Amino acid sequence: MEAAAGVDARLPIRSDLDLVWVRQHVRQAAARLGFGLVEQTKLVTAASELARNTLVYGGGGQLTTTRVAHGRAQGLRLAFSDRGPGIADLEQALRDGYTSGDGLGMGLGGARRLVHQFAIDSTPGVGTTVTVTSWAGRPPRPGHPREEW
Amino acid sequence: MPEHEAEARQGSPAREVGVFLRRRREQIAQRWADEPLFRAVFTVSRDEAVEAGRTVADALAEVATAERVVDPEAAGFTLVREQLARMAASRARAGLGTAQVSREVDALRPPVVDLLVADLADAPAGRLRECESALTVLLGTLRLVVLETALSEGEALIDRQRLQLLEVATPVIKLWDGIVAVPLIGTLDSARSQVVMETLLEAVVDQQARYAILDITGVPTVDSLVAQHLMKTVAAARLMGAECVVSGIRPAIAQTIVHLGLDLGTVVTRASLADALAHALHRLGADIVHASSGGAGSR
Repeated sequence: MEAAAGVDARLPIRSDLDLVWVRQHVRQAAARLGFGLVEQTKLVTAASELARNTLVYGGGGQLTTTRVAHGRAQGLRLAFSDRGPGIADLEQALRDGYTSGDGLGMGLGGARRLVHQFAIDSTPGVGTTVTVTSWAGRPPRPGHPREEW
Repeated sequence: MPEHEAEARQGSPAREVGVFLRRRREQIAQRWADEPLFRAVFTVSRDEAVEAGRTVADALAEVATAERVVDPEAAGFTLVREQLARMAASRARAGLGTAQVSREVDALRPPVVDLLVADLADAPAGRLRECESALTVLLGTLRLVVLETALSEGEALIDRQRLQLLEVATPVIKLWDGIVAVPLIGTLDSARSQVVMETLLEAVVDQQARYAILDITGVPTVDSLVAQHLMKTVAAARLMGAECVVSGIRPAIAQTIVHLGLDLGTVVTRASLADALAHALHRLGADIVHASSGGAGSR
């Protein structure tokens, strides 16, 4: 499909420079799918947080971006996967202010608030995959919890 | 036929190609001088192009004589590596891509092969084929050497530019007595923010600044790491006795910061650089008054 051109991609996350490339790709893909400036900025920021987690805590990995459609609604799905140590306590990891490194501890929980859908799949010793989806305009399923305020 | 050429006929095809390259050096150099690669690089005089062609032909002859036609590390190539790098760099500056440079180097092959075929017209067909193949391989290796040097030139250029960006993108501007501003542009990673903090703190001391404005209009993404860097810079400036104002917070960035859950409550923020300057001036007791509405009547 035409709209998917330049949207579907697989990007390596191995260094700080790759983070720049991740942000640029997500920004361009979201713009191409018709995301407004605010939704673009939110998704790019979430991608920045999650890609950095993949790099810093997962020891590197990759991002897979996919165009998703639901009726007439268009969305962008981002899957960040690594083969790092995994997250032992998901609830703790998602809590604001908690970090096992030296960051602010806002990345994972903050990213969840910046996107429409958020799923995390982590097995200690195997790796972690965080999948997020945002939609251009309203998310297709009404009543989906997207904001807490 | 001179004696050493008769010997070459007995030797390996590569050696024979080496002898051929030495014998036809002048003709090869003349023909190469008219090829785009040489013609475009040596624009001032044709003699220069011919001289460069001779040097390359000599290098190829040496590599062939040493029977190392497939080896880009052969001693002969090291002699011309610098010259080839200059030529490739000049073509790259002219806007040619790697594939085009590769094609231009490949264009050096046909004239030489023509000369070889003419020279070995009376040799057995099998011998001619072997020599032609050795020559083709040799020129393929030359192409590899040129592209290799071109690529390493590119890498060196990227390294230099990265360092330049780090320095160029962080100027500290004096806006008023006691007020300095840093317009931040691009990605604020750990290395950049370290440079920003150092230059800002130096400026605070040098200019005896009471107020420092960090303008993030040119920062496309403000995530938790960027926020952390900003807050560290603000805290450090505060220790030096300067108050920081973060300006240039666009609406989309403001909403993102709120959703992200970042607390910038300890930092003074303003929407635009102008607002931040007005705030700092006001705090310094230098309010801006319109001349017509109660100024000193200087008009």
